[in-house]
Amino acid sequence: MNRIAESFANAKKQGRGAFVAYLTIGYPTLEKSEAAADALVAGGADVLELGVPFSDPFADGGVIRSAAYEALRQGVRLRDVLALAGRLRAKHPDTGIVLFSYYNPVFSMGLGTFAKAASDAGIDAVLIVDLPLEEREELIAELRPHGIGYVPLIAPNTPIDRVAASAEGVGDSFLYVITVKGTTGARTELPADLSARLEAIRKVSPIPVAAGFGVSTRAQADSVSRHADGYIVGSALVRRLGEKGVLEGEILP
Amino acid sequence: MKSHYGIYGGQYVAETLMAPLNELEAAYASAKADPEFQQEFHEILRDYVGRESPITEAKRLSARLGGARIVLKREDLNHTGAHKVNNTIGQALLAKRMGKKRLIAETGAGMHGVATATVAALLGMPCEVYMGAIDVERQAPNVERMKMLGAKVNAVTEGSATLKDAMNEALRDWVTNCDDTFYVIGTVAGPAPYPEMVRDFQRVIGDEARRQCLERYGRLPDQAIACVGGGSNAMGLFAGFMDDPAVKLVGVEAGGKGLSTGEHAASINGGRLGVLHGAKTMLLQTDDGNIIDTYSVSAGLDYPGVGPEHCHLHDIGRAEYSVITDNEAIAAFDALCRFEGIIPALESSHAVAEAIKRAPTLPKDAILLVNLSGRGDKDMENVMRWKAAQGK
Repeated sequence: MNRIAESFANAKKQGRGAFVAYLTIGYPTLEKSEAAADALVAGGADVLELGVPFSDPFADGGVIRSAAYEALRQGVRLRDVLALAGRLRAKHPDTGIVLFSYYNPVFSMGLGTFAKAASDAGIDAVLIVDLPLEEREELIAELRPHGIGYVPLIAPNTPIDRVAASAEGVGDSFLYVITVKGTTGARTELPADLSARLEAIRKVSPIPVAAGFGVSTRAQADSVSRHADGYIVGSALVRRLGEKGVLEGEILP
Repeated sequence: MKSHYGIYGGQYVAETLMAPLNELEAAYASAKADPEFQQEFHEILRDYVGRESPITEAKRLSARLGGARIVLKREDLNHTGAHKVNNTIGQALLAKRMGKKRLIAETGAGMHGVATATVAALLGMPCEVYMGAIDVERQAPNVERMKMLGAKVNAVTEGSATLKDAMNEALRDWVTNCDDTFYVIGTVAGPAPYPEMVRDFQRVIGDEARRQCLERYGRLPDQAIACVGGGSNAMGLFAGFMDDPAVKLVGVEAGGKGLSTGEHAASINGGRLGVLHGAKTMLLQTDDGNIIDTYSVSAGLDYPGVGPEHCHLHDIGRAEYSVITDNEAIAAFDALCRFEGIIPALESSHAVAEAIKRAPTLPKDAILLVNLSGRGDKDMENVMRWKAAQGK
């Protein structure tokens, strides 16, 4: 199955960018995360990113950090996220599912054990926040035999030759382009040079390109989609879920 | 430049930090090879820090123990009161050389924060220090010192509100402001090139001590002993003796209430391989890979990881790592006060305690070189409180 590639291709056919939706699993509760994931699929999400709560979320802004601490307080761990992925896979056979984690929980489980569990849960790709090009091969070597992709992060200061190298050998995946230097979180304005940057990245990438960090409104999503194959929304969804307990109606304001 | 030590080390960071790390790596390689940079560094160590620091034989304590001679490397006599300043001067000079405008740092006990604030004042750079809220409380005098020196101190209330959380927050600052900001890491941990760079800036401890031992005793010490939190004072001491296989290298981890209680900060002795703050290293963590709140009476050792090179030295048997409990460290603190008129930092007291254990088992001509990495003024209130709680 190449669900990630198909999700992006499908969106493209419909003349829109693919909608990649992030949730911190276990926030506000595990049950509510599952209901929110269902609502996101019903509301048009093409790919779900399931965030694994971690004790030291050093790359995240306030919203996702608080969500992670609360999820941990409720006892939600990597194994629970894998189990939830399995349930979501059964309900939503065509939706791409990405597991989004810091490295230590995955490393701690054992890379082989993790890859097998992720495969059993129907996970399509894995994104590790703190596992750059230099260090990722030990994990990718375990994911590859299961046909699980690896989602590389591309930062505003990633040189273009490194972008190309990052997109190589990652299987069924997409490039996650970080729009701004900094932590995760909604921003009112995206950088002015973003469109040129996205176009440059697209030129060298054999896999789809999606932009995230700071995308929170329909207008921002549409604007990003003019220059990318998709967009990622995270903190804005997590915040709404925290405030209301459910995601309903229009997913993006 | 070396990024891995055996299976440890590496650069496990968010992609946004790869460019600054590469920039740092190149800048450090060039500075390391530049005699002018090295000269400026060593001149400041001499004229401002007051190096070299002496070695002092703890004669009354050694006599009382009836065994080896305990010799102290007096990093407590450095300006700012600890070894930390060796490293902050090196990194701040590098920051200036790189054209960075602002320094940030994490701190546990506050010594690294003070040392960074100090050099920031010396070089005229703005400085922000991240410090766990719990540490802000238990190391209040150091917070005041940092403020006095013109630094902004940010109390971090998240997570366990200690050193690891301060480091998380410093990383968030750096990832946001990496264009003009230099992150001064206080220990031999973090992503490459920090472990190597910090060791290089601290190796003045070991290089001096080696020469001083030869001059005074005509021989090398039998053992070189230092406390290990992240492990920078130990790495600095060890570096001087790395090529002297006859010198036993001993790192001392914080045993807190005892390894079996789970309330400690002994990552090598009580931890498991993992990845945190940019490096693969031994970590105190749960079965599912979340980081555990550590415990030690000494705030400066209260960190759930340890420098990757220490893990490697442990694996290959070049260094051994022992554990000293709170009780033993406080007893050593008292002993050094009473027998030698030196008030040691609680961190350093762990190394002294290890020497106190070893000395009686060794012949009278054996030499135990102990890195007295800092002075204990900052710990007075803490020790008094601890003693009151123990009814002593």
